[in-house]
Amino acid sequence: MYQIDENKVTRKKKRNQKFVFFLFGAMGYFVVALLVLILTFIIYKGASAISWDFITKMPEEGMTKGGIFPAIIGTLCLVAGSMLFAFPIGVLAAIYMNEYVKDGFIKKFIKQMTNNLAGIPSIVFGLFGMSLFVNKLGFGDSILAGSLTLGLLALPVVIRTTEEALKAVDNTFRQASIGLGASKWQTTRRVVLPIAFPNIITGLILSVGRVSGETAPILFTVAAYFLPKLPTSIFDQAMALPYHLYVISTSGTNIEESRPIAYGTALVLVIIVLFTNLLANGLRKYFSKKVKMN
Amino acid sequence: MFKLESKNVDVFYGSSQALKNVNIEIQNNTVTALIGPSGCGKSTYLRLFNRMNDLIDGIKIDGQVLIDGQDIYAKGVNVDILRKRVGMVFQKPNPFPKTIFENVAYGLRVNGVKDENFIRERVETSIKQVVLWDEVKDKMKRSAFELSGGQQQRLCIARAMAIEPSIILMDEPTSALDPISTSKIEELIHELKSKFTIVIVTHNMQQAARVSDKTAFFYLGELVEYGETKQIFTNPKQEKTQNYITGRFG
Ligand SMILES: Nc1ncnc2c1ncn2[C@@H]1O[C@H](COP(=O)(O)OP(=O)(O)OP(=O)(O)O)[C@@H](O)[C@H]1O
Ligand SMILES: [Mg+2]
Repeated sequence: MYQIDENKVTRKKKRNQKFVFFLFGAMGYFVVALLVLILTFIIYKGASAISWDFITKMPEEGMTKGGIFPAIIGTLCLVAGSMLFAFPIGVLAAIYMNEYVKDGFIKKFIKQMTNNLAGIPSIVFGLFGMSLFVNKLGFGDSILAGSLTLGLLALPVVIRTTEEALKAVDNTFRQASIGLGASKWQTTRRVVLPIAFPNIITGLILSVGRVSGETAPILFTVAAYFLPKLPTSIFDQAMALPYHLYVISTSGTNIEESRPIAYGTALVLVIIVLFTNLLANGLRKYFSKKVKMN
Repeated sequence: MFKLESKNVDVFYGSSQALKNVNIEIQNNTVTALIGPSGCGKSTYLRLFNRMNDLIDGIKIDGQVLIDGQDIYAKGVNVDILRKRVGMVFQKPNPFPKTIFENVAYGLRVNGVKDENFIRERVETSIKQVVLWDEVKDKMKRSAFELSGGQQQRLCIARAMAIEPSIILMDEPTSALDPISTSKIEELIHELKSKFTIVIVTHNMQQAARVSDKTAFFYLGELVEYGETKQIFTNPKQEKTQNYITGRFG
């Protein structure tokens, strides 16, 4: 015979539950607070530097005055270039892996390799990019070399998000299409991709956010220390926001004096990333509505 | 000659056997119900007839599966042509992310039909056949996702019928539907019987009894009993069948 004090047990359970909730809640709020803190800090420090001139003018007087226009343009070029490279290759690779390759050794191998690729530190990509694109292929320090290097970095992210998006498509859609006599490619193009598209786009834009803030891969492949003019071709060097930030914070002509510009640059970078994330959300919603219509 | 036939069929997923020596003969223009507890191999058996199992990695199929007396697993069989003769309907309604019209037109388009007039006619006929026309005739250009679950399922049947198959396979086609939509589909099955040979998997004993001419009871990958639906439900020969249909297990 044993007796259970129901009330006691219940009370204890409740107490435990309360404690756990409190703990989880505290952690959740801590993360939010941290984010708010970082944002406020950057806005507080950087807002005063931001003006129309700041985002549309060339840097002046040894980067202690003037704007960051070429760095903004440089970053936009690099992001666009890297996506032009990573997106088609990544999406096609993911389609191939998910829709065509049978389960087995090869698939596992490719997957493992993609994961390994994602784990390589970005500075190593930079070194590789320099050796391959800058030197071996003779692109020199250029937007092309920088875009390709950043593209390599983005590739595993694009592949993985696309694969997830494809996997999320219920298999009966494929079976229904194949069952109507459609080929695998018809099935993929007309049924699977439209369903997966909103999620693929989200992955793409998230990798844009990732790429736009990277410094190491562009260090030896494209980034100019100081270049107060806009690039005119993909073989030009360019300034870029993260590298600019690094330069004026560590080795500018007058580090103290260019502090506000550094924070202003940081704020612009953060805004770009936040904006792409918002865009990702917006586009996903837009396309999930649209997908049902055509 | 039988419409559908399986002779000594074994199916393996990797090393585990999902079907054991299954022999069934199915007559033209009949409805056959496949019943049995979950995991007994009903879906696996159904998917043999349009070679949908081929898509599964590591599957192995032995024995013979015949449609109109032809072994559909023989060398040189054109799987695309085979699949055009067999329509399939799934448990969850799964219209494509397209308009109502394009859903039904899909099978024709992927098979290279270009004549828009012909496509329009086929789409209309198919949707009428599933008694959906009055409900959707004014919104053919709207998304198929705007339809109710029951309407979506009838649309999926229309989609399967548009390419004029002679066989329709249904895997628990009403298990995600409400009672009214369910009875509409059951009525439909009755009507479609004159044109098609239908094989339907169902967990619903009443449904099997209502819609089918013959019933096959599977248990652990084996065909335990196959016969007239009336006989299976009133006077089963096997004790296992008796236990299953009276709800004693499964
Ligand atoms: N793709 C697969 N890979 C490996 N094993 C599978 C696969 N599909 C089914 N099986 C196995 O084969 C057996 C039969 O499965 P099947 O789906 O044909 O059963 P079922 O009778 O349709 O069940 P349910 O009523 O739950 O739909 C089960 O043991 C299942 O685990
Ligand atoms: Mg099943």
